[in-house]
Amino acid sequence: MGLLPGGLVKGLGVTLGEIVKTVTQGAQTVQYPHQKEQPAPRSRGVIALHEENCTACMLCSRECPDWCIYIEGHKDLAPPRRAGGKPRKVNKLDRFDIDFGLCMYCGICVEVCPFDALFWTPEYEYSEPRIADLLHDKTRLSQWMQTVPEFESYEAGAEVKVKKVPR
Amino acid sequence: MTSILALDYGYGGSVGLKLLLAFVAVLIPAGGTVYLYLFKMVSFMQSRLGPMEAGPFGSMQLLAEVGKSAQKEDIFPESADRFVFAAAPYVVMVSTFLLVLVVPFGPDAVFVNFDTGIFFALAVSSVSVIGILMAGWASASKYSLLGGLRAAGQLIAYELPLVLAVVGVVVQAESMNMQDIVSAQYNGEIFGWAAIGNPFILTQFAGFLIFMIAVQAELTQTPFDMPIAESELVAGYMTEYSGFRFLMFFIGEFATANIFAFLGATLFLGGWTVPPFVTDALGVEITDNIFNFIGPAIMGIKMLALTFVVYWVRFTYPRFREDQLQRFAWKVLIPLSLVNIVVTGLFKVVL
Amino acid sequence: MTEVTDRRQLAYIAAQASEARINVELEAEGMTLNIGPQHPATHGTLRIVARLDGEQVMDAEPMMGYMHRGYEKLAEVRTYPQVTALVNRIDWLGSFANEVPFILAAEQLMEVEAPPRAQWIRTILFEMARIANLTLFLGDMGVQLGAVTPVFYAFRDREHVLNQIEAATGGRFHPNFDRIGGVKDDLPAGWIQQTRQSLDKIRSFCDQMEDLLLGNAIFEQRTRGVGVIPADVAQAYGLSGANIRASGVDWDLRRDNPTETGLVYDQVDWKVWTHPDGDSFARYWVRLQEVRESCSIVDQLLGSIPKGPIMAKVPRIIKVPAGEAYVATENPLGIMGYYVVSKGGLEPFRVKIRSASFSNMSITPWLLKGTYVPDVITILASLYFILGDIDR
Repeated sequence: MGLLPGGLVKGLGVTLGEIVKTVTQGAQTVQYPHQKEQPAPRSRGVIALHEENCTACMLCSRECPDWCIYIEGHKDLAPPRRAGGKPRKVNKLDRFDIDFGLCMYCGICVEVCPFDALFWTPEYEYSEPRIADLLHDKTRLSQWMQTVPEFESYEAGAEVKVKKVPR
Repeated sequence: MTSILALDYGYGGSVGLKLLLAFVAVLIPAGGTVYLYLFKMVSFMQSRLGPMEAGPFGSMQLLAEVGKSAQKEDIFPESADRFVFAAAPYVVMVSTFLLVLVVPFGPDAVFVNFDTGIFFALAVSSVSVIGILMAGWASASKYSLLGGLRAAGQLIAYELPLVLAVVGVVVQAESMNMQDIVSAQYNGEIFGWAAIGNPFILTQFAGFLIFMIAVQAELTQTPFDMPIAESELVAGYMTEYSGFRFLMFFIGEFATANIFAFLGATLFLGGWTVPPFVTDALGVEITDNIFNFIGPAIMGIKMLALTFVVYWVRFTYPRFREDQLQRFAWKVLIPLSLVNIVVTGLFKVVL
Repeated sequence: MTEVTDRRQLAYIAAQASEARINVELEAEGMTLNIGPQHPATHGTLRIVARLDGEQVMDAEPMMGYMHRGYEKLAEVRTYPQVTALVNRIDWLGSFANEVPFILAAEQLMEVEAPPRAQWIRTILFEMARIANLTLFLGDMGVQLGAVTPVFYAFRDREHVLNQIEAATGGRFHPNFDRIGGVKDDLPAGWIQQTRQSLDKIRSFCDQMEDLLLGNAIFEQRTRGVGVIPADVAQAYGLSGANIRASGVDWDLRRDNPTETGLVYDQVDWKVWTHPDGDSFARYWVRLQEVRESCSIVDQLLGSIPKGPIMAKVPRIIKVPAGEAYVATENPLGIMGYYVVSKGGLEPFRVKIRSASFSNMSITPWLLKGTYVPDVITILASLYFILGDIDR
C-alpha cells in the first residue's frame, strides 16, 4: 500500500496551524452585519442620477440589454437666452426609473450617457422585501448621488484624464 | 449502585436515576462535542468563526437546530417500508446506550460492572450495522441503497481490527473487566518505574493506533466515509431522512464517537484515574469517594482529547474508495493487529 | 396510420421516443442511476445516466442542456457592447476570459488594433481570470474527494484576486471591461502594488495545496491511474486546455497561435506545463503549476506596462463592417472560440461560440466505461467543466 506518513502528517499540520492562526489572529471572514467591508470605489453597487445633466435623450434606455430603464419626458419652452429672442425648446424629464430587479449591473447606460448624468456608487445595501420596491424612481436615484465617490487618480503612465463628479 | 452519593434510593429510585444518568452521559457530551468540534473547530480550521449569533459565541446553535428539526414535516418516501424506515434511527441509538453501560466513570460509578465488560462492549457496538442497513434498504432509493451496502461491508470489515487491537490490552491487563483494566493501568509499572502507572497508550502504541483507525472507520468518518460520501450520494443511507429522524442519526453519530472515545480512554489512557504521582502528591487514595465525582470530569477531558484527534483527521483528509478501504482493513490492519497480539504475548511471558 | 403534421406534436413524439429509447436501452440489465441534474458533484445541472453493475459503470451518457440560455440566439439581437456584457456569464468563474476572443474577432473585422497599454491590461486581466478560475478548481477537487477544508482556503485566497479585479473594473465576477479597440478605463493608482500582494497570497495558497492535497497519500491513491486519457484519444475527442496538456500533448494557444494579435504573451518569459500520465492526478498537477505560472506572467507584465492611451480611435456608435472572423484563445477551461459573422450592422448577424467544456465533456461516455462510481466523481471533477460553458 505504501502509505507515506510524511505527507499525511504535514497535511494535519497545515490544518492545525490554521486553527492556531484563527484563534490568535482572528478569522479571515468579515462578521457582517457587525463589521462591513468597504468595496472598491469603482464597484458597481447602484446607479445614481444627476438630474440637471439629463436631457431625456433616451440613449441609456435604448442601450440597456435588459430594458430596465423607463424614461418619460416632454418638450417644454424655456425663456430665450437673450431678450427678444426665440423661446428654446428643452427636454424636461418626467419619469426616470431604473428597475434594479432587472438590472444586470453591466454599466452600459453609465458609459453611453453623453451628458455625464449617470454615475456608479458602491452602495449595495438596498434590498427590499417586495420586488416592486426595487424600482428606484427619480428622487431615489438623485439621492444616491450623495454616495458617489470621487473618481480616483490613475496609475503612472495613463493618458486618461480624471473626470469630476458634478455635485 | 443503590448507594449513589451515599444515599439509599430503593429499587425504583435507583433505576430512575440510572436512566437519567445514562441519558446525561450520552446526550450532554454529544451536544458539547457537536458545538465544540463541528461548529467551532472545523470553522477555525477553515479560517472562519462558525455560528456566532445564536447565544454567546453561538453556543445555543444546536438548540436552535433541534428546534428547527423538531417542527419539520415527517416525510416518508412513498415506496418506503414505513416501520423499518422509522425504526432504523432507534436501532442505531440502541447500540450507543448499550455501550455506555459498561464504561466506568469512577471507582463505583459504573452502570453495570460485567466480568466480560469489554467483550460485551465490542459485541454490542455491531448492533448499529443492522440499523444502517435498515435505513439504507427501507428508504427505497438507489442512493440510500448504495450507501447502506457500502456501510455494511465497511463496518463488518473494520470490526476485526477493533477487536484484535483490544485483545492486546486484555492480554496486558489480564482481565476483561473494565474496572480491572483501569486499575491495571494505575497499578502497573513501565520497566519498574511506577510514577505514571502503565497507561496502555505507551506500551500498546501499535494497538492504540489500530484502535483509533478502526474507530474512525466504525463511525464512518472521513477518510472512511464512503457510506455517506456527501459529494456522491448526497447523504448515503441518510438521504431520505429529514427533520427529527435525521437529527437522531446526526446526534447518534456524535454520541457514538464520544462513547468510543470513552472506551479508548478507559483502555489506553487510564480511564477515570489520574497518574499515581498526582494522587501521592495530593495524599488521596484512588478508591476514595471523591473520585466518583472527579472521575467523570477526568473521563470528559480524555474523551475530548481523543475526539479532537478523530475530528481533526476527519476534516483534513479526502476519502478512500470502497475497495481501497477494504484492502486497507484486510491486508494491512488485521495482519498488523495479529502481529501486535503475538508481540504482546511474547513480552507478557518473557517479562 | 394518420399523418401527424402539427410541429409541436411531432416534437413531443420525438422527445418521448428518445426518452423511451434511453429507458429501454439502459433498463436492459443492471441498475440505472441518475447522477444529477441536482447533485452536489456535478458543477451545475448536468445529468449523467449511468447503468451500473454493482458499483461499476457499464454505460454512461451525459445529458446537457439543463442550463441552456440561448446565447447565440440572444447575440443576434444585441449590439456589440451588449453582447460583451452578456458573454461574461458563459464561464462565470473566469469571466473576463469570455470577452476577449469575442472582442478580438470584432477587432479583426473592424481592422483596428488596440494600443499596447490596452493589450497589456487585457492580458493581465486575462491571466487573473485564469488564476481565479483555477484556484477554485484546486479546492473543488478536494471537496469532490471528501476533503472539506481545502475549498475554504481556495475561496479565501481567491478573494484577493477578485478584489483586485473589482478595483480595476468595478465587478468581481462580471467585469465587462473589454471594448472594441481597447479597454474601458485605465488602472487606478496603487493597483499594481496591491495586485503583487494578492499574487503572493495565491503563491502561498498553491504551496498550501501542495502540502494538503498533492502530498496526501489518500489523494494520490484516489487519483493516480484514474481516468487515464491517452494522448491520441484526447486529440481525437477535441479536448483542450489542461486536460490535453496532462496527457502529454504540448499545445497551448497562448504560444501556438500566431494569427491572433491582441494578447502579449510573446513579451513574457513563461513555460507551458505538461505531464505524461494523463490521469486525474496529472490534470490536478498541471493546473497547479499553471496557477503558479500565471502568477509569474502577471508579475512580469505588471513590471512592464507601457505608457499610452487605452483606446484606439473607434467611432462612438460601432458598426462592424461585413465579414466573418474566428478567434480562439486559451481560456482557463480550454480553447474558447467565437465565430462572428457580421452583415455590417450594429448587431452581429451570427455568433457561434465554441466552448471548451462542451468538447471536454464529449469524452465521458468513452472514459467512464468500467469505472467505479466514486471514480466517476473523481474523473468529472478532474476534467473540470462549468455548466455555463457547456450549455451556453
